[in-house]
Amino acid sequence: MNAELATLVAILGTVMTAATPLLFAALGEVVTEKSGVLNLGVEGMMLAGAVVGFVVAASTGSSTLGVIAAAGAGVAISLVFGALTLGLFANQVATGLALTLFGVGLSALVGRSFVGFALAPLPRLDIPGLSDLPVVGPLLFANDALTYLALAMVAVVHYFLFHTRAGLVLRAVGESHDAAHAVGYPVIRIRLCEVMFGGAMAGLGGVYLSLVYTPMWVENMTAGRGWIALALVMFATWRPLNVLVGAYLFGGVTIIQLYAQGLGIAVPSQFMSMLPYLATIFVLVLISRDKVRIRLNAPACIGKTFNPAA
Amino acid sequence: MWPRLEPRGETSRLMLWLTPLIAVVVTVAVGAALFAVLGFAPLATLYAFFVEPLTTGYGIAEVAVKATPLALIAVGLALGYRANVWNIGAEGQLTIGAICGGGVALAFWGEDAGAIVLPLMLVAGTLGGMAWAAIPAFLRTRFNANEILTSLMLVYVATLLLNYLVHGPWRDPEGYNFPQSRLFGPEATLPIIWEGTRLHIGILIALAVAVGGWVLLARGHLGYQIKVLGLAPRAARYAGFSRDRLIWLTMIGSGALAGLAGVIEVAGPLGQLMPSVSPGYGFTAIIVAFLGRLHPAGIVGAAVLVALSYIRGETAQITLRVPLAVVGVFQGLLLFVLLAVDVLVRYRIRFRADEAAAA
Repeated sequence: MNAELATLVAILGTVMTAATPLLFAALGEVVTEKSGVLNLGVEGMMLAGAVVGFVVAASTGSSTLGVIAAAGAGVAISLVFGALTLGLFANQVATGLALTLFGVGLSALVGRSFVGFALAPLPRLDIPGLSDLPVVGPLLFANDALTYLALAMVAVVHYFLFHTRAGLVLRAVGESHDAAHAVGYPVIRIRLCEVMFGGAMAGLGGVYLSLVYTPMWVENMTAGRGWIALALVMFATWRPLNVLVGAYLFGGVTIIQLYAQGLGIAVPSQFMSMLPYLATIFVLVLISRDKVRIRLNAPACIGKTFNPAA
Repeated sequence: MWPRLEPRGETSRLMLWLTPLIAVVVTVAVGAALFAVLGFAPLATLYAFFVEPLTTGYGIAEVAVKATPLALIAVGLALGYRANVWNIGAEGQLTIGAICGGGVALAFWGEDAGAIVLPLMLVAGTLGGMAWAAIPAFLRTRFNANEILTSLMLVYVATLLLNYLVHGPWRDPEGYNFPQSRLFGPEATLPIIWEGTRLHIGILIALAVAVGGWVLLARGHLGYQIKVLGLAPRAARYAGFSRDRLIWLTMIGSGALAGLAGVIEVAGPLGQLMPSVSPGYGFTAIIVAFLGRLHPAGIVGAAVLVALSYIRGETAQITLRVPLAVVGVFQGLLLFVLLAVDVLVRYRIRFRADEAAAA
C-alpha cells in the first residue's frame, strides 16, 4: 500500500470515529421520533452517558461495564422525559430543553472529580482474516466494539422499523396516535419504550466520546453533537440508512479542521471549528426547502401530546 | 386507589400562578435531599444558598445584577414562545451583542469621545443581537428550516467568533497575552446606581423592557396576534395574521433584547471582552421565561429567584465547597419540576374510588 493510500485510509478512519457518536444518537432519535415523540434532550442524554460511562470505567477498570452503565444512564434520564411528556402531558419541546439543561449540569457535577483523569481507550477488535484486507480491512474490520455496534444498529433499526410487525405498529403510533389507540395498541407504553431506546443510544453515543474519541472526561464534551444528531434525523428524512450517510458526511466535516492546518491552510482554528455547525445549518436549509418531502416523511403526530382520557 | 388525571373544563388560573411556587418549594426540597446525599448539612447549605445573599446590601445588589440579563432575555423569549416560535439561541445573540457593543467601546478606546460612546454601544449590541436572530428567522420563513436547531447552532458559531477576537485582533496589547480585550474606559462603562456595589443602570433598562413587554402583550394588537398564533394557528390564519411576519418580529425582538443583555454585561459587571461573557444566561433565561409563565411581570420575579441561584452558587462554592455545577442541576431540576406540576393547570387528580362512587 503506497503512502497516499495509507493517508487516505487514516483520514477515513478518523471520519468514522467522528461519525460514530452521531450515528448512535441519531439512530436512537429516529426511533423515538418515528413513534411520534420529539425528544430535544439528546445533548443532555449524551452527556449523561459520557460521564457515567467514564466514571464507571475509571472506577471499575472495566470499559464494558462503563458502556453498559452509559446506556443505563441514558435510559434513566430519558425516563424523566418520558414520565413528564407521556405521563403528565408536558410540552415536549420545553421538556426536551429541560433535559438538556439538566444533563449539562448533572454531568458537570458527577464528573467534577474525574476531570483530567486519563483512561486507556477501548481495545481494537481485529476480525481475523478480514482486517488484513487492503483499505477495507483497517476501515471496516479493525475497529473497537462500539463502532461495530453502531454499524450493526443501522441494519437492526432499519429492519425493525420497516420489516417487522412491531416496527409497523410503532410507525402507526407515530402517524396517528388516536387511530392506534382505537385499534387497541398501548400508545403510551410503546412511546415510553422508544424514548428509552433513544436514551440508551444517546448514552452509547456519549460514552463513545469519553471512552474512544477522546478517552477522558471534559465538561460539556459533546459540544453540540446532540443537536447535530437532531438535525441529522431530519436530514435523513427519518430513515436509518440515510442517517448512516449523513453521519459520515458530518464526520467528514468535523475532521476537516484537523487536517486543514496540516495542509497549510492559514485560517484561524476557531473558524475551522465553526464548520460542523455551519454545515448543520446548511443541510437543514437544504432539506427543509422541500416542504412536501418533509411532510411526507415526518411522523404526523410528532411533538403532539396524547391523552387517552381527553 | 391509583390516581387518574381528568381534564379540567378550562385552565385553572389559580394553578397557573400557584404551580411555579409549588415547583420552587419542591426543587428546594429535592435540593436539600441532594445536599444530604452529597454529604453537606442540608439546612446550613440551604441557608447559605437562600438567605445569606440577601442579608447584605451588596448581596441584594448582586442578585439584581444577575437578574438584569435574565429578565431582559426572558421577556423577549416569552413573546416568541407564546407564538410557538422557539428561539433557543439567545446565548449566541447575547454573545454577538457583547461583541458589537464591545467593538464600539474598543474603537473609541483612548479617544475621549465622551457621552456618545455608551448609547452607541447599546445600539450596536441591540442591532447585533437582532441581526444574529434574523438569520434563523430568515431561514425559517424562506426555507422552512427549524429555528430551534439553527438558532442553537449559531450559539456555537458566535462563541467561537468571540473566542477568535479575544485571542486575536482584539487582544489587549498590554495584557500579558491573556485572551482578554482592553478594559473599557469610564465613558464606555454603565453608571453605577448604588455606591459600593456593582448595581448599574442596566436594571432600570430591564424593568422598562418588562413593562414595555407587558403593555405589548396585554394591550397591543401585536400581542394579541402573538397569542392567537400560539394558541390557535388556524384561527390566526383565517384572521389574516401573517405567520411569517410574527416569526420575524418575535425572533428579532428576542434577539435584540438578548443582544442588549450582552452589551450590558460587558459594559457593566465585566468591563471588557473575554472568551466567556455569560455563565449561560441565554439558556437559563429559557427557564426564567417558563417559570415566569411567559408573562413579563412573572418573569421579573422568576429572574430574581433564579439570579439568587447564581449568587448562592458562588458563595456556597467558597464557603461550603459546594461545586458550582450544582447551580446547573438546580436550574434544570426547577424546570423539570415546573413542567411536571404544570399538569395541575389543565388536569385535576381523581382517584378510582371517586369514579366508582360517581358511576
